Amino acid sequence: MPGRSESVISVEPVPGVAKPDPILTIDSVRRLFGGVKAVDVAHLEIQRGTITSLIGPNGAGKTTLFNVLTGFDEADDGTWHLNGGPLVGVPSFRVARKGMVRTFQLTRSLARLSVMENVLLAAKNQSGETLRGSVLGRWRSVEEANTKRAAVLLERFGLDTMAQEYAGTLSGGQRKLLEMARALMVEPELVMLDEPTAGVNPALTQSLLEHIKEVRAEGRTVIFIEHDMDVVHEISDWVVVLSQGSVIAEGKPDQISTNPDVIDAYLGRHHGSV
Amino acid sequence: MARKSHIEGLSRLVWLSTPSATTATRSKITHVTQEAQESSIAPVIGLGDVYTRRTMGRLLKTGIGALMVIGVIFSGTVPAWGEGETIKGTLEVISDEGREPVGGARITVSQGGEVIGEADSDDAGDWEIAVPGPGDYVVTLDVGSLPEGVALTDPEAFELENVNVRASQNKTVRFNLGPGLTSGVSTWERVSSLFVVGLKLGAVIALGSIGLSLIFGVTGLVNFAHGELLTVGAVLALFFNASTLGPRWHILIAAVPAILIVAAFGGGQERWLWRPLRHRGTGLIAMIVVSIGMSFALRYVALLAIGGLPSPYLQYAVQRNFEFLGITTVPKNIIIIIFTVVVLTITGLFLLRTKLGTAMRAVSDNPNLAESSGIDVERVIWYTWVIGAGLAALGGIMLGISEQVSWDMGFRLLLLIFAAVILGGLGTAFGAMVGGFIVGVAVEMSTLWIPPEFKTAVGLGILIVMLLIRPQGILGSKERIG
Amino acid sequence: MDWSIILVNAIRAAIGVPAAAYALSAVGLNLQFGYTGLLNFGHVASMAVGAYGLALTVDMGGPMWLGLIVGVLAALALAVLLGYPTLRLRADYLAIVTIAAGEILRLTVRSTFAAPLTGGVFGVQRFANPFFAINPIPEGRYGFGRLGFDERSVWVLLVGWTAVVLAVLFVTRLIRSPWGRVVRAIRDDEDATMSLGKNVFYYKMQSLMIGGVIGALAGMYLAIDQQNVVPDAYIPLLTFYAFTVVIIGGPGTLVGPVVGSIVFWFLFEFIDGVMTFVVLEGWTGDLFQTTDIGAMKFVLFGLGLMTLMIYRPQGLFGSREEMMIDAR
Repeated sequence: MPGRSESVISVEPVPGVAKPDPILTIDSVRRLFGGVKAVDVAHLEIQRGTITSLIGPNGAGKTTLFNVLTGFDEADDGTWHLNGGPLVGVPSFRVARKGMVRTFQLTRSLARLSVMENVLLAAKNQSGETLRGSVLGRWRSVEEANTKRAAVLLERFGLDTMAQEYAGTLSGGQRKLLEMARALMVEPELVMLDEPTAGVNPALTQSLLEHIKEVRAEGRTVIFIEHDMDVVHEISDWVVVLSQGSVIAEGKPDQISTNPDVIDAYLGRHHGSV
Repeated sequence: MARKSHIEGLSRLVWLSTPSATTATRSKITHVTQEAQESSIAPVIGLGDVYTRRTMGRLLKTGIGALMVIGVIFSGTVPAWGEGETIKGTLEVISDEGREPVGGARITVSQGGEVIGEADSDDAGDWEIAVPGPGDYVVTLDVGSLPEGVALTDPEAFELENVNVRASQNKTVRFNLGPGLTSGVSTWERVSSLFVVGLKLGAVIALGSIGLSLIFGVTGLVNFAHGELLTVGAVLALFFNASTLGPRWHILIAAVPAILIVAAFGGGQERWLWRPLRHRGTGLIAMIVVSIGMSFALRYVALLAIGGLPSPYLQYAVQRNFEFLGITTVPKNIIIIIFTVVVLTITGLFLLRTKLGTAMRAVSDNPNLAESSGIDVERVIWYTWVIGAGLAALGGIMLGISEQVSWDMGFRLLLLIFAAVILGGLGTAFGAMVGGFIVGVAVEMSTLWIPPEFKTAVGLGILIVMLLIRPQGILGSKERIG
Repeated sequence: MDWSIILVNAIRAAIGVPAAAYALSAVGLNLQFGYTGLLNFGHVASMAVGAYGLALTVDMGGPMWLGLIVGVLAALALAVLLGYPTLRLRADYLAIVTIAAGEILRLTVRSTFAAPLTGGVFGVQRFANPFFAINPIPEGRYGFGRLGFDERSVWVLLVGWTAVVLAVLFVTRLIRSPWGRVVRAIRDDEDATMSLGKNVFYYKMQSLMIGGVIGALAGMYLAIDQQNVVPDAYIPLLTFYAFTVVIIGGPGTLVGPVVGSIVFWFLFEFIDGVMTFVVLEGWTGDLFQTTDIGAMKFVLFGLGLMTLMIYRPQGLFGSREEMMIDAR
């Protein structure tokens, strides 16, 4: 395993434990839906440069947490910081610009744009995207540079042959790859993948996992929501377990799979009931 | 997402089709849409299979034919427009002492329910209001604006209907005033009578709103042709009641076949137009545009059928004011209100107590969940259309009794119906009822403070404000909105 | 049936002032609806605001070029006022709000309250003389045979269609740039576009504003030709004309709005001609009079719109494949 995972070797497997070099810190974040606590995280830190997986039974609040952190939903309470900078109330597009990019559980390819256009869209600081820049027309050189970078990314993800096809014609697996390529085009520091391997065949899953490891090798941090425990074991440096909106366990993959609280949560047994 | 409606998305799952792929190009799309079913939910503007297209083609042709036949029942003319015409008069009290001018009284000229112009009589009692062209107008004297001690010699003659203005004519009309025993109208009388008028308007709006709201709830369609269901109901009733070619039944009897026909029309629309469109995955936006096209077609058929001028039913057209619980109003207003409340109560009980009604509420709330509990969603949708259309037709007939039947009566009410539905909460029937009454009362009572020509704008204002501050309405749930 | 007269009239309508005006209006609406996915049912309000801005400025003594600027500014203001609170709403809610706003505007303009400024129900007339005064085309009749135009018409048509071409070129430039890419992405999926760091609201607002200004120019153009602005001309019907034109040509295509307008007005006039003949010849007996033809045209318009949306929603130039694709 590359060096990054070592940074969490000595961290205690306790919910809310501090990390040596957190890129994202979350404090007392709560999201209620009509009185029901969807998210209630007292404290959580994500270690820079690691692959952290977020697991938990259905309805545990994982996607809701993603939504709140990235500005797609409002928190009812609490704060969170990316590299020390506060993100409360920051709109989703700004969160992305600050370096925290998320993908969606149900892939959202921009169907009527070509694959290449999908990736080109993600490039930051495009002069041609402003009205002024567009009218003046001086965006060609920037576009060329972006196109080269996009082509490299597409090749890396095996989508270069589909570059001119409508994204809507891609298969489900290809769309997952496209979403990942697109997210990387933004050059994020923190990539948040929502169930990247859902509905994907085993061969493609392996390929996706390799891509995720490459992302870590580039120095980025990855958080991903996952249900497949094999996947979790294979590439996670750290695992966070969410149940009924709260973090009930944190630790390395081996520590988690033997944790009785985690097993309880998945089997649906409530504390104190017979 | 917080902003996208989960329910909207789930309800679209219900509609997504498995297209019958027959060509090479289609197999790709099948692949895509099957993937779409697995991995995402989306409206697709698609092409139906050959069978559906042929049936729909045939139906459209028969539809056109039928509409033309209906349109042929009456022939009407639309008034032309000219220049330089006015309506004028002098308000004065004629007594043994001579003539005393009455100034500061308000006269309103309207046509087809819309205000054309207003004027206050000057110190000489003179007033003149320009009208856009020759035709028939309604001239109304605002009795409340008469000074103390002045009243109409005939208290019911405050409105002159069918005032005909010829080309280039400056038509003079008269209101006969005399020394009044009862001076004008007291504030309580104005407020209470406006309140009753508001409740009546609210009743009509409520009847129109339930269908719109429920249809949105169960299918997601914002039906821009819903107003025409009111109009068609009223026009059909007019045929059975007043047409020289018809059976000349009493309006209360004529209402029955009219409502049944419109209810059947609603069911037919669902069965042969909206359901096939949903099944081949037509997007919501496309369906809204289709409903707009239908709205035009129906409205102008109504114009062909009854002409541009309003027509009254044979009964209840003109009534005298009477006193009811201290309120001065016409009997039909009270009857309409009471009758509508009864109908709404029955509808409410139906929705709450019967199996079908509960199923309708369930589908409106969460179609996917409803389907997995074994409810036949398509059937429920069909019933929703039938009942919604029938209620709308009843509303149209009530409106016709109250105001007269005109070709665009439903369309003019449509925006107020939207206001009511959004105020109450899109997708809830009870919200539509409550919203209807609130909008009706607000619109009518606003004339106490603002000029009557703005009263529709009040309703529209409610609509806009609600959408901005609380889009789910009073009774709606937060998930539904944008 | 005298086909030559019917055809000549139809062709005349296809290249006439309304065709040019609606081509322009549709170019603006197409940017909002076809490319950005905004269901703006209040488009007629932009046209009204442009026309009134021009007419009132001239009526109060200002020069026409100033009136043009006022009309454009008014359209921008309307777009901002309307868009700021409503652009976050879902498509069908936006549709309802925009149609309501358009009607409120119309009711306000036509009211006796506003009449001292706007002329109330009667509006403003005779404000475009300076435009016709600068007509450089010499007196005469141009064209062939029955399809002839006097120098006034030629001038008006020249200006109109030039404006259409310029608008199309402008929109093309925008759409073919990265700005256009963002806007098209917004049409497909707003959340995905946001997740990539784009301020979706900003782009929707810009689209609304530009489309609104183009619509205002269309309104001004129509008003100049008729030398007349009345509030009751600016009813939702005009918005739906514009939508029909956009859909006929193909929403989200560059030339669609223009061709759509030409086709639409050709058909409108053609059908009128045929129906007039049919009625006058007595083929329908006593059932219809010529005064009914207007209403009949609208019935066909409504049915035509329905058929169009059901069977060919991509219009003439839209790509079927693009229409059929999963929009997420």
